[in-house]
Amino acid sequence: MSKTIKILGTGCPNCIRTMKVVEDVVKENNIDATVEKVEDIMEIMKYNILSTPAVVVNEVVKLKGRVPTKTEVLELLV
Amino acid sequence: MFDWIQNIADWFVFDIFEMNAESHLAEALNFFIYDTTKILLLLFVVIFLMGIVNSYFPIDKVRNYLSRNKLYGFEYLMASLFGVVTPFCSCSSIPLFIGFVKGGIPLGVTFAFLVTSPLVNEVAIGLFIGLFGIKTTIIYVVSGVLLGMTSGIVLQKLKLEKHLTPWVKDVLANAEKEQNIFVAEKKTFSQRIPIICNEVLTIMKGVLPYVIIGIAIGGLMHGYIPEGFFEQYMSKENLFAVPIATILAVPMYSNASGILPVAQVLVAKGIPLGTAIAFMMGVVGLSLPEAMLLKKVMSFKLIGIFFGVVTLCIIISGYIFNIIF
Repeated sequence: MSKTIKILGTGCPNCIRTMKVVEDVVKENNIDATVEKVEDIMEIMKYNILSTPAVVVNEVVKLKGRVPTKTEVLELLV
Repeated sequence: MFDWIQNIADWFVFDIFEMNAESHLAEALNFFIYDTTKILLLLFVVIFLMGIVNSYFPIDKVRNYLSRNKLYGFEYLMASLFGVVTPFCSCSSIPLFIGFVKGGIPLGVTFAFLVTSPLVNEVAIGLFIGLFGIKTTIIYVVSGVLLGMTSGIVLQKLKLEKHLTPWVKDVLANAEKEQNIFVAEKKTFSQRIPIICNEVLTIMKGVLPYVIIGIAIGGLMHGYIPEGFFEQYMSKENLFAVPIATILAVPMYSNASGILPVAQVLVAKGIPLGTAIAFMMGVVGLSLPEAMLLKKVMSFKLIGIFFGVVTLCIIISGYIFNIIF
């Protein structure tokens, strides 16, 4: 089943970095997933997070408040 | 404590580059190598220690704690202290603000957190120890915490809820004490270490250019501005110096890493410490980009009041610093 990954963040450098990490992991491992960036603050707040960036996989917040490493992201996706 | 770094700098400049110990360039380079090495080391240690604290006390825990417990006025102190240990990126200020409001935390307490968090953080503390020494660092941290507390209490007294934007008012109306149950990351200490190290490196990489440029500018100023140069313009007796420095600083935006090395040289050249610190707090604590972000949750009037109260508190602490030193 294809996964939906959302990156929540208002556009700061850390959010952009997180986006890149996730995209790289998806590409390098041929993971069936769509990566989407959510920048609207009201949309972001629906996920009840306190710090950005956050990584949401299939509507579940998996990581928040920091830029994850590739290994961490890979663990979330396989 | 830092003698061995001085030895490295000496060895580098005089033995490797074989520079003349008398020359200005050698002196400047020596100063630069010594300062950069020392500061980067301190930054690493402080960021790492804070990283450990933060790994066990993430912001969610802080919010739930403040939301659940009746603290009889201590919540301002707690929020301010939590502001010190939580790393803060201005882009997180909105989610954080909303999250606090949602948890039923009073607006003033949230402000206490928002003021202290950028002002006293791991990078500022690391730099402060390196540039001004432990004693001044402690005074800075304490006054930063007090500043957040005072601003928070004052702002709470002003009853500002009506100046929030409509959708935030909705959030406020639906605030719940006990909403999401926070699931702590179940990780052992050794599992946390690589994550913390990764964090430390990210933060270090982010501030490195500012630190180096700051120290380089500081180094140049050291060489070219005569000792006591600023004393004639900005002595402690000049009562306008502190407010002017603060007001000039508010629209400027830089993080602590860029401004601190410059502030240190200014102090060395005769600007009173309180005036320099008021300037620094103005630059780091309040900025136009932050105001633009806050616009999403507050009316212009509220942002104005918020900035006004904090500016006033910064000016007062500037005077207090000048009296102490």
